[in-house]
Amino acid sequence: MPVMSYIQAVTKALQEEMQRDENVFVLGEDVGKRGGVFRATDGLYDEFGEERVIDTPLAESAIAGVGIGAAMYGKRPVAEMQFADFIMPAVNQIISEAAKMRYRSNNDWSAPMTIRAPYGGGVHGALYHSQSVESVFANQPGLKIVMPSTPYDVKGLLKAAIRDDDPVLFFEHKRAYRLIKGEVPEDDYTLPIGKADVKREGSDVTVITYGLCVNFALQAAEKLAEEGIDAHILDLRTVYPLDQEAIIEAAKKTGKVLLVTEDNKEGSIIGQVSAIIAENCLFDLDAPVQRLAGPDVPSMPYAPTMEKYFMMNPDKVEQAMRDLAEF
Amino acid sequence: MAKEKINMPQLGESVTEGTISSWLVEPGDTVNKYDPIAEVMTDKVNAEVPSSFTGKITELVASEGDTIEVGELMCYIETEGGGEEASSDDTGEDKPEAPVEKEAVGDAEDQADEDQPMKKRYSPAVLRMAQENDIDLNKVKGSGRGGRITRKDLEKIIASGDIPKAGDKQPEPAKQEAPKQEEPAAPSQPAAASAQPAQSGPQPTAQEGDVEIPVTGVRKAIAQNMVKSKTEIPHAWMTVEVDVTNLAELRNAKKDEFKQKEGFSLTYFAFFVKAVAQALKEFPELNSTWAGDKIIQRKAINLNIAVASGNQLFVPVIKDADEKSIKGIAKDITDLAKKARDGKLTSADMEGGTFTVNNTGSFGSVQSMGVINHPQAAILQVESIVKRPVFMNGMFAARDMVNLCLSLDHRVLDGLVCGNFLARVKEILENMTKENTSVY
Repeated sequence: MPVMSYIQAVTKALQEEMQRDENVFVLGEDVGKRGGVFRATDGLYDEFGEERVIDTPLAESAIAGVGIGAAMYGKRPVAEMQFADFIMPAVNQIISEAAKMRYRSNNDWSAPMTIRAPYGGGVHGALYHSQSVESVFANQPGLKIVMPSTPYDVKGLLKAAIRDDDPVLFFEHKRAYRLIKGEVPEDDYTLPIGKADVKREGSDVTVITYGLCVNFALQAAEKLAEEGIDAHILDLRTVYPLDQEAIIEAAKKTGKVLLVTEDNKEGSIIGQVSAIIAENCLFDLDAPVQRLAGPDVPSMPYAPTMEKYFMMNPDKVEQAMRDLAEF
Repeated sequence: MAKEKINMPQLGESVTEGTISSWLVEPGDTVNKYDPIAEVMTDKVNAEVPSSFTGKITELVASEGDTIEVGELMCYIETEGGGEEASSDDTGEDKPEAPVEKEAVGDAEDQADEDQPMKKRYSPAVLRMAQENDIDLNKVKGSGRGGRITRKDLEKIIASGDIPKAGDKQPEPAKQEAPKQEEPAAPSQPAAASAQPAQSGPQPTAQEGDVEIPVTGVRKAIAQNMVKSKTEIPHAWMTVEVDVTNLAELRNAKKDEFKQKEGFSLTYFAFFVKAVAQALKEFPELNSTWAGDKIIQRKAINLNIAVASGNQLFVPVIKDADEKSIKGIAKDITDLAKKARDGKLTSADMEGGTFTVNNTGSFGSVQSMGVINHPQAAILQVESIVKRPVFMNGMFAARDMVNLCLSLDHRVLDGLVCGNFLARVKEILENMTKENTSVY
């Protein structure tokens, strides 16, 4: 099985889906000739031509809007927001149009589009190139938000997103692009959207997280295993709508739950996870549910020391896990 | 037994060395894991170095004042791994569970109370598991922070099958509580000593200088009866105000002559008892008892009166009070009070009461809420007679006023009948005058 990086898995999924279905096309800023600023669409322009790999103006609202229109007419657009931070001008299109299309038209129309966007910090990207924006969209029924943590999950979930008959936001952690490598099968497979995945079985403390933080939690768990602390790690994979069943099961498994996100703490995805646990797991809880998140400041700072303070890392996760295990 | 090293720990992120400001242990000392063994000064903090093991300190390698790099040897410790000290330490103690890896073995008793502020903070999971499996949490040793019992601790106990239940005779670690009060070997009044008064929550403990008085005999019987009455009977209360000016004139006119002739005092209380007995004849509802599926109305009117003697309280009975004159009642009161003071009351003197009249006025009380003498249906408190200004015919007059306070069993009685009863007692009392009342 070939080992590939997170971003190679993105490219592979796009390529395979474009080969499989001629309705699939890619649009976005610099996705064509340039192959994307992160090279996520590298080679696609040469293989599929300018009509299926479209370079757009710097107008995110138009990228989303064109995608919605094409999707309603039977195409399978994959729109790229160059950075998740830039998605804000397209919010109206995504929330007011894409998310509500099926509901509003009484099932006559739908918008089967995928919007890919690199999110997250730790790359010295500062304010407009480091944000986590998932919570902006995470109370919009009609949308799905997928945030994979491994190359394997990237390929399976991106293919599932493209084939999904409704709009899917697909957030890729930009630091994970070249940091995380893993085995990815060459065959055509998809993974179910809306299902969380247990990344590590354990009995002392449960960590529920998503995206790059899954990787941090796994690193921390390996260290803690040497101390006899056995961590259970659940990767949400889809952060909206949440896999309640898996969350409840994972929380009950140890009764000590640590929730981790790189996003600002207040109003983040993990607040909702915490509520699900509170509603369902009271008599299995052995410790207060803990949230480890970014501070409530407007954005990732540029100064390296400040970015380090803001950014999640394995040490922070390890410390929080140990603290909870010892409670 | 194994010889282990204790090295300078990492005391902060960027701390690379520390200076030993003082040793807190000497060779030969026995320490528990996590006990402080030395005070260390770094460029950032002053900190205590905890022991990494439980065992006996054998050699201090570093001296006070030495600066040691993180990870370098500070001292040697001999850990318990089947050595002599270990076995002698452990023989007295039958552990309710296998301690978790990180937990200190050995002198667990010392930790039990002092270092375990979280010992009795139970998580929902722990409480649920303890209830489902009938585990006595007092007998479980916690491996969590501050001695907290964790869900895992209980999972291990349940898996082991050795579940400490309430009532099991398992040796408990010595508690730092005052010794529990001893039960007297033979209670002086067997009838009174059957059950402890209901008590909930932890027993209060005596502090130095406090006096502990064993609860025995009459005190115990009183406690039991009061608890029984207050827990079983739904009490309700009523008070009426009675103008006894005429009665006072009547008594004042007769008391000296009476004393001379009969040899005992003509007290106000006798008049009140007489009036109550008379009214009870007309309102038998109050002369009754709750009997579960029925109410028993008593034919006999036997009135308990409360007599205090020292720190004891007796309620002897004036039998057939309705058949007695005021003099007869006064004589009974005198006799019973004397017997109570002399400790000569017999069980016959105490039996058969159907209603209680309590002379709280003798203590100066003007208002009280009596506890019903179980299983009767009501108790009447006769309060102090006090001179008070009262409106009469549009003018103030100085009148002798008394409050009669009735406590009633609301299962048996309602406000209406009790109100009528009290109105009748009031009427009888207010119409006792020199002209129409004979004490004989």
